[in-house]
Parts: sequence; structure tokens; C-alpha cells
Amino acid sequence: MRVLVCIKRVPAPGAKIVLTEDARSIDTSLLSFAISPHEECAVEEAVQIAEATDGEVTVLTLGPPEAEEQLRAALAVGAGAAVLIPTDGSDWDPISTASAISSTIGELEVDEPFDLILFGNESADSGGYQVGIRVAHALGRPIVSGIKAIGVEEGLLTLRRETPTGSELYRLPTPAVTAVKEGINLPRYPTLKGRLNAKKVEISRMTANREGSGQEMVRLVTPELEVSETEILGSGADAAPAVADLLERLQRAG
Amino acid sequence: MILTLITHDLGVLEETTLQALTFARGLADDLGLELHAAVIGFEIENLADYGVSVTHLIGHDQLDDYSPSAWGVSLAQLVETLRPTAVVAIGSDRGNEVMAHVGAISGLPMVANVREIEASDESWSVLRTRWGGSLLEEASLRASIKLLTVAEHNTQASPGDQPSTMTTETFKPELDDNSLLTKIVDRVTVAEGVTLATAPVIVSGGRGVGSAEGFASLEELAGLLGGVVGCSRVVTNNGWRPHSDQVGQTGTVVAPDIYIACGISGAIQHWVGMMAAKTIIAINTDAEAPMVTKADYAVVGDLHEILPAVIDEIKRRQDG
Repeated sequence: MRVLVCIKRVPAPGAKIVLTEDARSIDTSLLSFAISPHEECAVEEAVQIAEATDGEVTVLTLGPPEAEEQLRAALAVGAGAAVLIPTDGSDWDPISTASAISSTIGELEVDEPFDLILFGNESADSGGYQVGIRVAHALGRPIVSGIKAIGVEEGLLTLRRETPTGSELYRLPTPAVTAVKEGINLPRYPTLKGRLNAKKVEISRMTANREGSGQEMVRLVTPELEVSETEILGSGADAAPAVADLLERLQRAG
Repeated sequence: MILTLITHDLGVLEETTLQALTFARGLADDLGLELHAAVIGFEIENLADYGVSVTHLIGHDQLDDYSPSAWGVSLAQLVETLRPTAVVAIGSDRGNEVMAHVGAISGLPMVANVREIEASDESWSVLRTRWGGSLLEEASLRASIKLLTVAEHNTQASPGDQPSTMTTETFKPELDDNSLLTKIVDRVTVAEGVTLATAPVIVSGGRGVGSAEGFASLEELAGLLGGVVGCSRVVTNNGWRPHSDQVGQTGTVVAPDIYIACGISGAIQHWVGMMAAKTIIAINTDAEAPMVTKADYAVVGDLHEILPAVIDEIKRRQDG
């Protein structure tokens, strides 16, 4: 199968987020970056599907020139080609992002369509939950989001999505689009050979215009998370009666 | 009017959908507008208790189970007919998914996981969730019809004044074969009863648990308290627990009565997934760990000594 994975460069999860003075973006000077977690799993899934079907993986991102780092990370774990749609690093709204990605995919598919296009369910930073869905509509292909397992048989995908009590199954004909969630797999670490190969791949650069929409980021706000004073119940096993008292009280009240 | 999508599974309301309805009612009251509800494929009763004056039942013989595109196409057609001021859904998997389809079909922006709205003029100022809630974004929204989802666990669901009249109208969408491709073909139920999303008590473990076997005492305590076991991201990355147990930004967002965090340091991505818990109890060797300093109650020490002692104490009291 020909698989395309769309990824986003985000500050590495766990990093402390500090805003710039104008609060229009985050201070990136001390941050390390990564592929957004759901999309890191999308890359791994694409590589596994390509390995099982004698296929190939292309990875695509819209982002600042530095996002080349994340494309190389995907190449190092098995993607064969990479495409960058460079931006000035400012925040693009979901409609503009989806439109740029759709038109770029159109150009990449001149010879042959991708059988499967993978997205992460939502990006870790902006969390718009929609770019993949907008791209699928623009391409006229079916999409299901929140997927945690993909099975591939002759032109047919079986997709599993978790629910609070179990899971739901969907079956889509290819070409199709799927947005996956972390937990679909455990992404592999790159090998030394993978890293060396990744350095040799030439990254294609495509341009796209920022279309704009009625939604615009004005500023970022650090929320005041409600934090209560901590009551220390004790230390070690001696605290057990105090814990049991508290649990009894809470469960009676609840 | 403000139109609210009622998300459900085979006629059973999603746990958080009434939070969105409550949020939408507040918005409708602020703007002096009627509150309408859209229900797809099934009938849901008692929406008038939440201030809904008109329920639009979207019916079609192919809407007998969930399909993201069929729901999106159906709702987009209803929205095109009604032209409401805003369409609101809960920021659940289904709510975000269906609203994104409506956005894609209509070409309108869709703002996900909104927490507050200032709807003073044509351009609305909305406060929305970024980074799962560890950062917020103030955005301006200009659109002929505003599409948005409401962050889960940010609004307390509460009934409101019943409208003077309550009517039900039916709407039949036109569905093409493409929109039916994404219908559920099968479902598997693995957990009956309490689940991570609905459990009143969650006993959750982090790096400090040390191994898959280390979770045995967490399982036992959860069993005694009528709860379930959760975990942090490092635990699933180490393969000690399945990802379905993961609490946090990229796992499940929970709001139990009691959350017992065992050996979890409390990285922000985990904290935003459980900060809506009513009472948080931390058990950790490090008294300075963020989870300990942010919790309501804490026990400092080794969870492998503390949990068995707590389990013995609870059993002793139950037997006595």
C-alpha cells in the first residue's frame, strides 16, 4: 500500500510551557521538539502497514523550516519520502492547514493516489480535532477518527475504535483516511542505519497559501489550575488508618 | 436559536452530553435565544428539563447506528435548513468528530473544546483548550453560523427552567452511499459496569509502581473501593498496562469522586486528565512531587508498603 502520514512538530510532551511577552506564541528558545504523540504512532502504523504489504510511506508536514527535524525522525524509522510545506512558524487555523495539505496531496497524487492517509486524532498543542476530517472531505474519501487498530486486507481496512466499555469496528474501502490515537502501537526507536539513511533523503518542499478563515488565535493564556492545600495524612504504612478513615468518609459523602 | 447536538450511543446519552446542553442553555439565555436540540436516529426524552423548547429528530432508516459521516451530513443539512446562531456539541470523541464533519461540509470554522464565550457582537471571543487544558487560547470567531464543541468536565450539568412549550419536529436527511461507508459494522463489549470514564474511584499508578506485577495491590484496592485501575503514560510506554487504562491528555480524561495517584509524579499532561476529580489522594516517596503538592491529601512513602497496609486496614474494618 502507498501510505501518507501527516505529522506536526510540537514541543516535546512534558516540557514546561512559557509564553512569549506578547502571549501570541510560546517561548521556544529552551524547548526540544517532537512529533505530536498520536502522529508518532501514525508513523509507526504506516511503516508496519508498508512492511506487511510491500508498500511505501511518505511523510508530510506543514510547519516552520525546523520541522525538517521531525520529517527526518520519521524517515529514520522507515518512511521513504518526505514533504515539507514551510510556514513562518506562526499559528495556522485548521481550515488553512487542511486546505494547504489537501492541495499538496493533490499534487503528490498526480500519478497515483495514496491508498491510505493517516493523521493523528488531534495535535498535542492546538488540539483542533479536524484537519484530517477536512482533508478527507476535500479529497472525497471516507474517514474515521480515534482509531486504535488497523487491519488491512485486499483493498479493505478494518478499523477499531475504543469506547468506554469496549470497541467499535468500522470497515472502509481504500482509498481512505484515518485519524489514529496513541496506543495503536508502541513506536520503535530509530536504528543507527535508519538515522544515516534519513540524512540522505532529499526533502521535497511544496508551497501553499494561507487561506484564512473566521477563526483566529488572539493570545495564549496560562490557566490558573485549581490547586488545593495538601493535607499530609502521614508517612509510610503507619498512615493506613488515616487513609482508611478518609476513604470511609469520602465514600459515605459521595 | 442555539442548536445542541445530543450525542448518544444507540439511544443511551453520552455521559457528558448534558454538560454541553447546560453550557448551550447559558449561551442561549445570554443572547436571548431559544435552545433547540438535534437528536440523530433515536428518541431521547426529558430534554425539556434542560430548557430545550424544540427537539429536532433526525430520522432515516440508515441512522440506526453511529456513522461519523452520516451524522455529519445529517446535522449539516439540518443546520443549513435552520440557520441557527450557533451549533454546540460536547468535546467527546463523537462530538468533536461530528462537528468537524459539519465544519468540513459547510466550510465553516469549528472551534473545539471551548470553555468560555463572550458573544457581545458579530465576532465572538472564545476561550478554548490547548495542550489538553494546560494552556488556553483566546480566539476570535467570525462566522455566519458558529460551530463549537464544549470542553468536557468544564460545566456542571444541571436542569433548567422548562420552556413554556416543548415541541418535537422530524427531519429526514438525504444520505448518499459515501456517507454511509463509515457506519459501525460491529462492536465488542469487554467491560460491563464500571469503566475508567465512569468509575467513582480510580486507583492509578505511575513509574513508582515499578512493574506490571506491581499493579496487583492497586487492583486489590480498586476492587475493595468499587473502582478501577488507571495509569500514567510512562506505564503504558513500558507495557505494564494497556493504553486503555491511561489517564491524561493522550489517554482518557476522567472526573471521579476519588483519584488515588500511586507513584505518579504528576506531569502536566497527566494532571489535566484527572484534575476534575473531586478528591485527589497522592501516595509518593517524593514529598516535593507535583502530584503531592497539588493533591488534596497525601501520604509520603513507598506505595508497596502503604497500599498493603491500607488494604489490610479496610479488610479488617469490613470484617469487623
